[in-house]
Amino acid sequence: MGFTLSNQQQLLSKMATGNGHGENSPYFDGWKAYDSDPFHVTKNPNGVIQMGLAENEMCFDLIQEWVLNNPEASICTAAGVNEFKDIAIFQDYHGLPEFRNAVANFMGRVRGNRVTFDADRIVMSGGATGAHETIAFCLADPGDAFLVPVPYYPGFDRDLGWRTGVQLIPVACDSSNNFKVTRAALEAAYEKAQKANIRVKGLLITNPSNPLGTVLDRDTLRSLVTFINEKKIHLVCDEIYAATVFSQPSFISIAEIIEEDIECNRNLIHIVYSLSKDMGFPGFRVGIVYSYNDDVVNCARKMSSFGLVSTQTQHLIASMLSDNEFVERFIAQSAKRLKARHMRFTMELAQVGTSCLKSNGGLFVWMDLRRLLKEQTFEAEMVLWHTIIHEVKLNVSPGSSFHCPEPGWFRVCFANMDDKTMEIALSRIRNFVAQYKEPIAPRKNNRYWQSNLRLSFQSRRMDDIMMSPCMMSPHSPIPQSPLVRAT
Amino acid sequence: MLSRKASCDSHGQDSSYFLGWQEYEKNPYDQVKNPNGIIQMGLAENQLSFDRIESWLASNPDALELKRNRESVFRELALFQDYNGFPAFKNEMVEFMANMRGNKVKFDPSKLVLTAGSTSANETLMFCLADPGEAFLLPIPYYPGFDRDLKWRTGVEIVPIKCTSENGYKITESALQEAYQQAQKFNLKVKGVLVTNPSNPLGTTMTRLELNHLIDFAMEKEIHIISDEIYSGTVFNSPSFISIAEALTERNLEDDEVWNRCHIVYSLSKDLGLPGFRVGMIYSNNQTVVSAATKMSSFGLVSSQTQYTLSQMLKDKKFTANYMKENQRRLKRRKEMLVCGLKGAGIRCLESNAGLFCWVDMRHLLRSNTFEAEKELWKKVVCEFGLNISPGSSCHCSEPGWFRMCFANMSEETLMVAMQRVKALVDSTIVHQQTGLSKSRWLKSKWVFQLASYEREPDR
Repeated sequence: MGFTLSNQQQLLSKMATGNGHGENSPYFDGWKAYDSDPFHVTKNPNGVIQMGLAENEMCFDLIQEWVLNNPEASICTAAGVNEFKDIAIFQDYHGLPEFRNAVANFMGRVRGNRVTFDADRIVMSGGATGAHETIAFCLADPGDAFLVPVPYYPGFDRDLGWRTGVQLIPVACDSSNNFKVTRAALEAAYEKAQKANIRVKGLLITNPSNPLGTVLDRDTLRSLVTFINEKKIHLVCDEIYAATVFSQPSFISIAEIIEEDIECNRNLIHIVYSLSKDMGFPGFRVGIVYSYNDDVVNCARKMSSFGLVSTQTQHLIASMLSDNEFVERFIAQSAKRLKARHMRFTMELAQVGTSCLKSNGGLFVWMDLRRLLKEQTFEAEMVLWHTIIHEVKLNVSPGSSFHCPEPGWFRVCFANMDDKTMEIALSRIRNFVAQYKEPIAPRKNNRYWQSNLRLSFQSRRMDDIMMSPCMMSPHSPIPQSPLVRAT
Repeated sequence: MLSRKASCDSHGQDSSYFLGWQEYEKNPYDQVKNPNGIIQMGLAENQLSFDRIESWLASNPDALELKRNRESVFRELALFQDYNGFPAFKNEMVEFMANMRGNKVKFDPSKLVLTAGSTSANETLMFCLADPGEAFLLPIPYYPGFDRDLKWRTGVEIVPIKCTSENGYKITESALQEAYQQAQKFNLKVKGVLVTNPSNPLGTTMTRLELNHLIDFAMEKEIHIISDEIYSGTVFNSPSFISIAEALTERNLEDDEVWNRCHIVYSLSKDLGLPGFRVGMIYSNNQTVVSAATKMSSFGLVSSQTQYTLSQMLKDKKFTANYMKENQRRLKRRKEMLVCGLKGAGIRCLESNAGLFCWVDMRHLLRSNTFEAEKELWKKVVCEFGLNISPGSSCHCSEPGWFRMCFANMSEETLMVAMQRVKALVDSTIVHQQTGLSKSRWLKSKWVFQLASYEREPDR
């Protein structure tokens, strides 16, 4: 028995039948290619290597060692089972006090103990995904907007806008000044919103940046604080990559800035955090909303009922992150390994004339392949991207999926594989770049353009994948903010 | 400064349902340390059978120490964030759910969406099935948390289906039609009916007749049915539980359009007593709903660690079968204790065969047949007699004087103490009625408080 599309549309909500989840974009070819032909060092050495997934697999040995040495941290072991009942029935949305204390402690240590965090302001959420949605629900009404500097993580469109009705307005940044966020660009974006009668409720920044891997300097952070205070809008700082900063300049959290001599209404300041990147625990769904605004804390806490962290996980994390000796060792080792990986990667790429944006954090590099584009267009970027997926067999993420205004940039993840796989990935890139000294032209009867874009995912990662409706064709049914077309 | 959602109170947490908790939090009963404290009877939790789980864990250490065949699976789990869920866990879940329904229906794991508790499942279904301003019909009385879960962030409205004690709160054809017309009067487009079966707060299961009325109604109006079956494993007496899935199958409606409009909500918070682990799910025959709900589950996935642990536990079929049987036996016994204790105090309950609570008739103790009198009685019960029970008005009951009392979240000794206090309450009310005193001075002891506002996690 079939259902016509219009039947479904009447039967279900607009939300369920629309494309606001952002997953119907044509950019899933990369994932499709990977899913159908995943690389394995022995079983499938010619498969596609996954470099589109910003995951941190660098320090699992340290964590596993800790887990083995601390059986009481699990409520399922002989050492920990006496706590099973209390943990299993605890559903208070305030969360286990020891969990909040441990997270606050960890967040402070990641920032070199330059600031401390109040455990009572720690609110749980279903990963950073849930945290962003919750913040949007708390701060904005349907139709309101957040300013977001480009390029930005594609998932924000879904997280901040899908079910909330909130829109994202890009703040122009480009490579001419290494994608710095300027006051002028902020003002311009704000003005455009005003002209279009859109109420701006806040500015969202990701620091360290995804996809750039850079940190915001003190002056920029201060200017952002000044800007939002002048406009009386919120500042949401996504700091989920805080512990991935591996070299100078050091990471400066918004928490540090507001303690400096600067005029700031703290009720406007909110931090989103998670353990998915810093610890490498995306499966455990540990998201945090940290707000300096009491009303937001209270509201977000009530909303956290929709995405609490499993107490089994809270218990494990509480134990792990209150082991200060382990935490310090982990943070140091993680940075060291990321630095080594990053250096190897960028040096190898430089040797074949491929540069990356200078970065010192994140789990990826922002690779510059503009010189390989036949013409500086997004169509040419797509052609290049398809080539990289299908011929070079690397799933990387095209800059357009991050709303990057300049074609030719690609985000390449390096922390989700072992050394061997990384060397293979590097050799593929080396060979590819050596081959294509000329820019890559679109082919006649290019089968990629005819590829079937309708996908069914049997198993998919949902984090960090290309979900941008930004660069859709004019025929796309996805509604766009008028300001997106204008930039 | 903040959104309308943040500034309003449609999260529903200022209701009396939650105020009782505030009092409890300030002065919780403890057999030894605080014998005069308030006994928590407002929390529908199942704490009767943890010993079973603990002993299973003790005898299966390897399986649960995040190990499989002696190899640590920690890393694999830590990285597993696929919103389609851990296949082994979903496979076990559908088998578990089928067993609970006497294997009269079979479930397909690809139609199961995992969510962070049934709180999230219910909200997600609203987002999928209704636009802001549209409505769902719900039989009253219903779980107070629905006001938050179904309405708060979704903008969906709830229109009550009137059920009364006159016929044991059975859902009738006329009540359904009346509710629908009521919605139309308010210009609300009805998208479906949501029932809780077994019922919270009633503790009863829906009859075959009721289910058929519901199905006929949904077919006639071409609307959805959501069946919240989170208490399905707590049925301890006949009549046996009939799932909406079974009712549809019995009528051979698998090929009818109504099949695609039926959705089941489930959770492990009540049946297995694991509310802290946040394991909820949606089961739907509608592929678009499964697809949309799966994407939405990104906002509240189940921790992979928990999925793994539970998949191991549920794999042991002998354990789960024994657990469910023993659990039901203990629930039945405990409920009978409560009913008996109340009877001794001259209080009757609605005849029930499921759930973790009784629906208690205290209408004869009201000063007048009003909700003001119910509130007065409730305050007395909480503050003077130290029992946090839930007033029927917080469950949107249409008749004053009914209260929900939970029995599965305390020890037997505590339940006995609670029964003594109930007896004392009734005696004092009789004294009051006889002597016309405005307050029973000799009972007014250290249990008198001011009700103040304070936040509390709303539990079922």
